[in-house]
Amino acid sequence: MSDQQVDQGKRTWLIATGCAGAVGGVATAVPFVSTFSPSERAKAAGAAVEVDISAVKPGEKLTVEWRGKPVWIVRRTPEQLEALKKNDPQLADPASARTAYPTPEYAKNPARSIKPEYLVVVGICSHLGCSPSDKFQAGAQPSLPDDWTGGFLCPCHGSTFDLAGRVFKNKPAPDNLEVPPHMYLSDTKLLIGEDKAA
Amino acid sequence: MAEFKEAPAGASMGEQLMTWVDNRFPATKMYKEHMSEYYAPKNFNWWYIFGSLAMLVLVIQIVTGIFLVMHYKPDAALAFGSVEYIMRDVPWGWLIRYMHSTGASAFFVVVYLHMFRGLIYGSYRKPRELVWIFGCGIFLCLMAEAFMGYLLPWGQMSYWGAQVIVNLFAAVPFVGPDLALLIRGDYVVGDATLNRFFSFHVIAVPLVLLGLVVAHIIALHEVGSNNPDGVEIKAKKDAQGRPLDGIPFHPYYTVHDVFGVGLFLMVFTAIIFFAPELGGYFLEYNNFIPADPLKTPLHIAPVWYFTPFYSMLRATTDPMVNVLAGVVGLGAVLTVLKGNFSGKGKIATLVIAAVAIFLLKTFDAKFWGVVVMGGAVVILFFLPWLDHSPVKSIRYRPDWHKYMYAVFVVFFLVLGYLGIQPPTDIGTLIAQVGTLFYFGFFLLMPWWSKLGTPKAVPERVTFHPH
Repeated sequence: MSDQQVDQGKRTWLIATGCAGAVGGVATAVPFVSTFSPSERAKAAGAAVEVDISAVKPGEKLTVEWRGKPVWIVRRTPEQLEALKKNDPQLADPASARTAYPTPEYAKNPARSIKPEYLVVVGICSHLGCSPSDKFQAGAQPSLPDDWTGGFLCPCHGSTFDLAGRVFKNKPAPDNLEVPPHMYLSDTKLLIGEDKAA
Repeated sequence: MAEFKEAPAGASMGEQLMTWVDNRFPATKMYKEHMSEYYAPKNFNWWYIFGSLAMLVLVIQIVTGIFLVMHYKPDAALAFGSVEYIMRDVPWGWLIRYMHSTGASAFFVVVYLHMFRGLIYGSYRKPRELVWIFGCGIFLCLMAEAFMGYLLPWGQMSYWGAQVIVNLFAAVPFVGPDLALLIRGDYVVGDATLNRFFSFHVIAVPLVLLGLVVAHIIALHEVGSNNPDGVEIKAKKDAQGRPLDGIPFHPYYTVHDVFGVGLFLMVFTAIIFFAPELGGYFLEYNNFIPADPLKTPLHIAPVWYFTPFYSMLRATTDPMVNVLAGVVGLGAVLTVLKGNFSGKGKIATLVIAAVAIFLLKTFDAKFWGVVVMGGAVVILFFLPWLDHSPVKSIRYRPDWHKYMYAVFVVFFLVLGYLGIQPPTDIGTLIAQVGTLFYFGFFLLMPWWSKLGTPKAVPERVTFHPH
C-alpha cells in the first residue's frame, strides 16, 4: 500500500459510479434472460382442440395432441369402472385433493370424468414428464402388482396409475394425471382446452 | 515488464526471431514453465495418462463438432433428417459424426478414470484444492455439454431424455414450473428448446469449458503434480532449485504420453469402425426413431455415463425419504451424545436436524430425488475438506481403506448398471443401499479417513529405473 492520503471525495464518486454501472449491467441482463421465456408464437399455439369420439370402442384409447402434449380419451368398460373402487386404499390421492395439478370440479368424482365412461387426461406423468404406457390388461405381469386391475405404467421410473389416472402410493410420481379443461359440444364431440367455467 | 533483450551477435535467424517475439510476448518463458522446465514426478504410473487423453478427446470433440455444425440444422422439423444426411450423403460425414458420438463416451471414460486417480492418490489435497475444484467444474460442464448435445439428433431418446431432465427443475418448490418453462422456452420440449440447446452446446458451454481447462492446468503447474506416493517432490531440490525426483515434462512425459495416445487411438478407432453404437450404450437404438412428443419409448434410460446419478434419482422414493429423515435424526442424536461441541453447537445441530426432517417430510420425494442427484455431483467439490487422513496416497493408507474404495467403485458401477435397466423392486432396493453408501462414503469421510494406522510414507518417491 502506498502512504498517499485517501481522497474521500474521489472514493465516494468511484463507489457511486461503480454502483450505477452495476445497476446498468443488471438492467442489461433482463432482456437477455427474458429471451428464454416462451415467445408470443409459442403462447398463441395453445388453442383448444375439437375431437370426434364416436369411433372409440369400449376399452379403447384415443390420443390427441393439445399444446404439444398427448391427451388421452379412454372409453372404459363397466368392469373397469367397477374395479376402480377397489383401488382406493392403494392410491396416494384417491379423491384428487392435491392442488399441484388441480382437478376441475366436474371431474372430482369417483370416475374422474364428466361422463363416467370417458376418461380424459393429459398423458404426461406428474413425475418427470414421460408418457405412461397402456396396461389395460388386468392380472399379474412384469413390473406390475399381482392384483393389477388395469391402468397405466410409466416406463421411465415405474409409477403406476389406475384407469382413472390416479397414482398409486409409494411411487415416484406425486400427483394424479392432469385432467385438462374440457367439455362436450355434443354426444360425440369433445372440446379439449376449454370448459364452461372459463 | 521484462528487460528488452538483444540477440547475441551472429545469432541464427531463428534465435533472432524468438528474441523479437520474446520481447513482445512471453513465448519462451511459457514454453519453459509449462513444458521444458515443468518438473513432473518421475514415478508416474499408467493412471497418469488420462489427463493428457482428456485433452486429446477435447480437441477431437471441438474439431469434429466444428465440421458437424457445417451440415447440421438446429430445427425441430429438420434436425433428425440433417443428422441422417450427414450419415449418408455428406462425404465421410459418418466418420466425423461417429468420432463425435464415440468421443462423447470416451470423454467420460477418460474423465472418470482421471477422477478416480485423483481420488486414490489424494491429488485433491492441500495445496491442490483448486486443481480439484476446477476439475469438478469441468466435469459439470461436460455433463451439461453431453446432455444438451444429446438433444440435437432429435430422436426419441433425445426428446424424452431432455423432457425428463428439464422436468427435474420443475420439482424445485415454488419456482420450479416457471424455471422449467424458462429452460424449455415452450410448454413442452420443442423447437425453441432445440435451438437454445444448440447454442449452449456449440458455443456457451465450450467457452466455459475451455476457460476451466486453462485454469485447471495453470493451477496444476503452479503447485506441481501429485504422484502415486503422495510425496511432495518440491520438498527436496538440487542446487539449481529443481526437484530431485522431477523430470521435465518435455521431452519425457510428452513422449510417454504419445505412446499412451497410440494405445488409446487403437481402441477409439476400433469402436468407431467396428461398433460405433457399442451395443446401444454409446448410441441408443431408440434414438434412430424421430422424436415423437405423443409417445414415450417403452424403456427410456440416459446414456451410460449418467446412469449412476440417474439411479440415485430413481432410488429416492417415499420410503427412502423416511430413511433419510431417520439418518438425519440419528446423526443429530449421535452428535449431541458423542460430539465435543459447546452447548450452543449442540442446540444448533438439533434445530438444523429438526428443520431438515421437517423439510424432508414437507416437499415431495420427487424434489429430494433431484437434490440427491445434484448433491452426488456437488459433494465432489468438497472432497479436499472431507478427507482427514494423515497420508495422501492409498499406498500408505491402512489396508481396509482399500476395501472402502473397492466397495465404493463396485457400488458406483452397480448404480450405473441399475440406471440402464428398467425399474424393479429389488433393483430399487439395491440402488437405495448404493445411494446411502455413496453419501456415507463422502459425508462420513472426516471420521473414517482418520481411523487406522497409516504406513510409513517414504522421504522420496519410490522409483525403479527401467
